[in-house]
Amino acid sequence: MYLQLSWRNIWRNPKRTLIILTAVVIGAWAMLLFGALSRGMMESMLSNSLNTLTGHIQIQKPEYRDDRVVENRINNPAPLEAVLKKNLPAGSRWTLRIEVGGVASNARNSEGITIVGIDPNREPGISFYGDTLTQGRLLAPKEGHGIIIGKALADAFETRLGRKLVLMTQGSDKETQSRAFKIRGIYRAELEATEKQYVFISLTAAQKLLGIKGGVTSACIKVPDVNRVEHMVQTIGPNLPKDLVALPWTKLLPLLNGYLGMFDSFMLLWYVVVFTAMAFGLVNTMLMAVLERTREFGLLKALGMKPVHIVGGVLTECVMLLAVGLGVGNLLGFASVYALSGGIDLSFLSQGSEFFGMGHIIVPVLTLKDIIYANAVILVLGQLVCLYPALKAGRITPVRAMTH
Amino acid sequence: MNIVETKDVTKVYHQGKVEVQALAGISVSIAKGDFAALAGPSGSGKTTLLNLIGGLDNPSAGTITLDGETITGLSQSRLATMRLNKIGFVFQAYNIIPVLSAQENVEYVMLMQGVPAKERAERARTILDEVGLSGMYTRRPAELSGGQQQRVAVARAIVSRPAIVLADEPTANLDSKTGQGLLEMMAEMNKKHGVTFIFSTHDHMVMDYAGRIIYLKDGLVVSDESK
Repeated sequence: MYLQLSWRNIWRNPKRTLIILTAVVIGAWAMLLFGALSRGMMESMLSNSLNTLTGHIQIQKPEYRDDRVVENRINNPAPLEAVLKKNLPAGSRWTLRIEVGGVASNARNSEGITIVGIDPNREPGISFYGDTLTQGRLLAPKEGHGIIIGKALADAFETRLGRKLVLMTQGSDKETQSRAFKIRGIYRAELEATEKQYVFISLTAAQKLLGIKGGVTSACIKVPDVNRVEHMVQTIGPNLPKDLVALPWTKLLPLLNGYLGMFDSFMLLWYVVVFTAMAFGLVNTMLMAVLERTREFGLLKALGMKPVHIVGGVLTECVMLLAVGLGVGNLLGFASVYALSGGIDLSFLSQGSEFFGMGHIIVPVLTLKDIIYANAVILVLGQLVCLYPALKAGRITPVRAMTH
Repeated sequence: MNIVETKDVTKVYHQGKVEVQALAGISVSIAKGDFAALAGPSGSGKTTLLNLIGGLDNPSAGTITLDGETITGLSQSRLATMRLNKIGFVFQAYNIIPVLSAQENVEYVMLMQGVPAKERAERARTILDEVGLSGMYTRRPAELSGGQQQRVAVARAIVSRPAIVLADEPTANLDSKTGQGLLEMMAEMNKKHGVTFIFSTHDHMVMDYAGRIIYLKDGLVVSDESK
């Protein structure tokens, strides 16, 4: 009967109850939808960063991380390859690369770029290379003069498939080396900056350009489970040649990793901000409901109800209001996320979104953790703010109530 | 056997810097089965005395004993338990909970007492029949007249089998015919169940029904007559 009484009490003034329910519904919906969009953006940033050449783990010389020049190369990658073959779990992918700075030029333009020498057989599936080609073909193994460039770079150089592009960089002899390549393919990446930055040639061609035999600058690894990256680093690290280090993506992308570390706190902060706006309505409604029933609480106390039970009754009404609001708000949130599951096209904000490393399409991502956080914030803090009107009801004395 | 005893009870209210003496030293005894009225003009201290006997307020001085237990100085929690088990209240107005039906209102006190659901329902219906509300179990207060609402309040006060029922001007908001019907019903409950009633009133009709009239003036008992 206590629950029945609480339920009937909240519907004494349906208009007021509907108003506060609307506030809770909108609050829960906003928390879930905007939380899902934020997480989608964050995952887009992470995915873009990992897919643009970072991978999950890189193995390189310690000096290479700070100074990406050919001098800091791995001269003999054979022992490294042996370690990777032996220690990586099934489903892992790895490849060797040369990645150095350089200049690309043709008759119309010249720009600073990053020359990426790849193993055309191993690279697809590790970086975006292989999935993003829109024109031409991928590189053949040991192809000597083929190059794959980004669409934005091609546009900037006013060039196209089959045309020549000259790459220039510092060789291992510290002399400037240059070589002409023929454009075999053009790719489209999520970010225009990526298209302008990276050009792909075969590992063999890169070694020839730099004047190194068999050397590489790094190995890039993708493991089946991104959550086990740290464990894999611990496994591989001790087996590597002494002059090499295994770096997880968290160390390769410290800024992004720092942002991700703060992301849950930002989400919680967002929930609390939304809740604070909602709390004013909630506490006001509950306070009005209590003050309107001053005589009734006095009567209940006169009949022998203890203050703690009166406080409990008001809190029960609060929980019911919140539970109904959360139920509807969650359903609306799920429906909105489902409706937007195809992604939101942010092309019109492309330059702004690129600045943050996000793609053009944001797909909302709703996690169980975010759902629990949002609901817990509303329920727990909702109860806390309802304590004020509940305690006020508990303090009403029968004598004062009867003269109210 | 006395069910209520008050000894030199005083009550002083503080309104800002002004002290108002509502009771100036009252000593009365109410016997089990009495049907007594506290009469007197407005401000004489009737309601104050009733509130003190009911443990709704604390006296400034003096002692009050209810059913053999001194209630003066008890904690709020103990007073609440005492009210729940020993006292039934009927107020002048706003007696019943608007969102509960007549039967649910009557059951509510038994619910707080921990009476099982089936017994609650049986006892509530029986007492509603006795106060003349057969067939109105499911009606909400808004669907009942003022007199019927007061009958529900009396039924709720009696159903918990209290030692005493305190009624603060129960007929004040009723027309004379309805008020008379309510008084007849309460007198019948007094005879049938032996429930002790104390009223506060300045309604002569109530005084006519009372078996004992304690007349108060300026916070003092000026007469105490039994019929």
